Amino acid sequence: MSERKGFSRRGLLGAAGAAVATGVAGYAAHSALSTEESQAADNSGPVEFHGTHQAGIVTPAQDRLHFATFDVTATKRDAVISLLKEWTAAAALMTAGRDIGQYGAVNGPGEAPPEDTGEAVGLPPARLTLTIGFGPSFFVDAKGNDRFGLKTQRPGALIDLPHFIADDLDPNRSGGDIAVQACSDDPQVAVHAIRNLARIGFGTTVVRYSQLGFGRTSSTSRAQTTPRNLFGFKDGTNNLKLEDTAKLEEQLWVQPEDGPDWMVGGSYLVSRRIRMTIEIWDRTSLGEQEQIIGRGKGTGAPLGKADEFDPIDFNAKTSDGSLKVAKDSHVRLAHPQFNKGAELLRRGYNFVDGSDGLGRLDAGLFFLAYQRDPRKQFVPIQQQLSRSDAMNEYIRHVGSGIFACPPGVTPGSFWGEKLFS
Amino acid sequence: MITTRRAAAIGAVLLLAGLTGCADDKPAAGSDDGTGPVTVKATDSECGLSRTDVKSGTSTFSVSNGGSKVTEFYVYAEGDRVMGEVENIGPGLKRELIVELPTGKYQAVCKPGMVGDGIRGDLNVTGDAAAQVDEDTALKQAADSYQRYVNSQAVALEQKTTEFVTAVKAGDVAKAKELFPISRTYWERIEPVAESFGDLDPKIDARVNDVEPGTEWTGYHRIEQALWEKNTTAGMAKYADQLLVDVKTVVAKAKVVKLNPLQLANGAKELLDEVATGKVTGEEDRYSHTDLWDFQANVEGSQAAVQALRPALQQRDAALVTTLDTNFKAVFAALDKYRVGDGFKPYNATDAEKKELGAVVDALAEPVSKVAGVIAKK
Repeated sequence: MSERKGFSRRGLLGAAGAAVATGVAGYAAHSALSTEESQAADNSGPVEFHGTHQAGIVTPAQDRLHFATFDVTATKRDAVISLLKEWTAAAALMTAGRDIGQYGAVNGPGEAPPEDTGEAVGLPPARLTLTIGFGPSFFVDAKGNDRFGLKTQRPGALIDLPHFIADDLDPNRSGGDIAVQACSDDPQVAVHAIRNLARIGFGTTVVRYSQLGFGRTSSTSRAQTTPRNLFGFKDGTNNLKLEDTAKLEEQLWVQPEDGPDWMVGGSYLVSRRIRMTIEIWDRTSLGEQEQIIGRGKGTGAPLGKADEFDPIDFNAKTSDGSLKVAKDSHVRLAHPQFNKGAELLRRGYNFVDGSDGLGRLDAGLFFLAYQRDPRKQFVPIQQQLSRSDAMNEYIRHVGSGIFACPPGVTPGSFWGEKLFS
Repeated sequence: MITTRRAAAIGAVLLLAGLTGCADDKPAAGSDDGTGPVTVKATDSECGLSRTDVKSGTSTFSVSNGGSKVTEFYVYAEGDRVMGEVENIGPGLKRELIVELPTGKYQAVCKPGMVGDGIRGDLNVTGDAAAQVDEDTALKQAADSYQRYVNSQAVALEQKTTEFVTAVKAGDVAKAKELFPISRTYWERIEPVAESFGDLDPKIDARVNDVEPGTEWTGYHRIEQALWEKNTTAGMAKYADQLLVDVKTVVAKAKVVKLNPLQLANGAKELLDEVATGKVTGEEDRYSHTDLWDFQANVEGSQAAVQALRPALQQRDAALVTTLDTNFKAVFAALDKYRVGDGFKPYNATDAEKKELGAVVDALAEPVSKVAGVIAKK
């Protein structure tokens, strides 16, 4: 596999003569759309695939998502290892902005289907990252069978998530043996990546479900401005950021004492498909919306404060003696101060999957959160939110997943290699 | 109570149902001189008033139910604003309604089976009591009027839940199934008020997935599951007992709750939100499929709250009142298609039918959501 170089999409354009002009023009137009924040994080070039940690976790959140989970249909450990090797090689090429395979999308023999599906030809790498994680069912099946001889390697932190109050989970949007998160600033580049991995996986894996997302709903870098979710509020103001290196060791990356060894430097991902009852939110008064969130809608400032990043004063009272930031407000219940200091690195996305059969937007937040130990972070936070959050009236959790994301890949290695060694 | 100046000034209704029960008043029929109580003969098909002209001020209606169905009696002002009502009059029973009515045109309505538009007749009130009030007074009246509505629903909720619980404990599956949607009607009409009492709502009305592991699932839907999925009341006695205790607590609290006009407006909106999220989709009564009873009750509760605000709304935004009237009618008309006898067909709607119901609810909820802003405007 290592001899496969893959075609540079830009190189291909160069060879294609007339395509150069349009291709370069397209690229330039893309760059011209850059905003201030994207100048801090170049939104067209490649993100380094190899490293201590997997890319796509603290990487400044890209604008687009294609997330997919896969069920392994193969029963042999070797088949899984082969798949992971192939996927890793393909991921390294695609994130570098190259076609996969020896001949890529258009240079192969006319009698064979192209090795690369081709829809990313001419597009820049667009900061594509691919991040992998293993679900509980990858280690043991529903009957408790040790599928690939990995049962003893299942981390204690990779729990089966408990039922949270009002969970309304669709099994067809939940679970999965393996998750792949593709993030990019270009939706077509993200779709291309998942499509090609799914294709490589035929015979070994089947796609369980996938989710497209747009409009990142959090910032993972201080260089980024805080975006808005579909409720129209700034989301992720107090998110863990890549600049908080000490905190990341404490809250995000699995440490040697946490075990197992193959997860050190990795992180745990919890995904939740959160459906928003958009139409009902939209007829809720501005004041109530702000009370529910605990922040002003315009500035994003905590209620009673002027600036988005002002510290929240949970004791401040209004003239009538009630708390400015209500006890059941989202910002209060989710705050580390009320969760034994637990924090999450969120990198969720808005989604709109058209409309449901009732003519309402099938829309919401595809919540993605990385953490060192879900038992101490996501679970207690979500238990508290599911009990008391005033926002619950306007959201419903309809999909769920938890995955152990191994540490980064070194050149010549493959995703999760230590797990199989 | 009615002698206090405040109460008299605001068109107070003193509801005796549940306080005096089936008081055996002396019959007034045949000797109506235009000053005594108006007797109302309610049957399954008629609503006969001994006279339809009364003097402004306090009127008494003595309602006897000669029919075979449980009935209700209402005095509506324009737009079905409830001036007074007496709930839950069983066959053979008589109840009294005392209501303060300013000069104007009203409707007297019997609702055999307690659903639908009922049997309606005009009621003219003449005399010198002033009908017009200023805006602030109108708002204050709205809150008081809705509070009385909540009270009457709370009383009926306790009565009907008691009957339901009795049937469950007696092992009478058929009776319990019949009473399940009826007792919930009163709950659903005042749901935002009931929900405001913290822990009681989940204890009474949680669906199975609303419950956290380690917490016991109790309330209406727990019993609903046993009745419809297993066709039994076995093991349900303790949940029935708990339900009644919890309902009584809600009722006691609802009777003293103080609501302001903005809370009314928001409550009206929340009831329609309930319809849009839980009822149209059929998630509420997933075992019994009696969702349309709840649906109707939510809309009725919403209408009661909006209509309590009607005089104030009329002064501030008459066009909105017209829209609300039209759109409430459209929702009830859409529901009528599913009516069977006193109740509703089991709710197994197709996506197209759900979409149609959802559309009329959205069309109503949008203007209802504007009510709070109009009320808040100085």
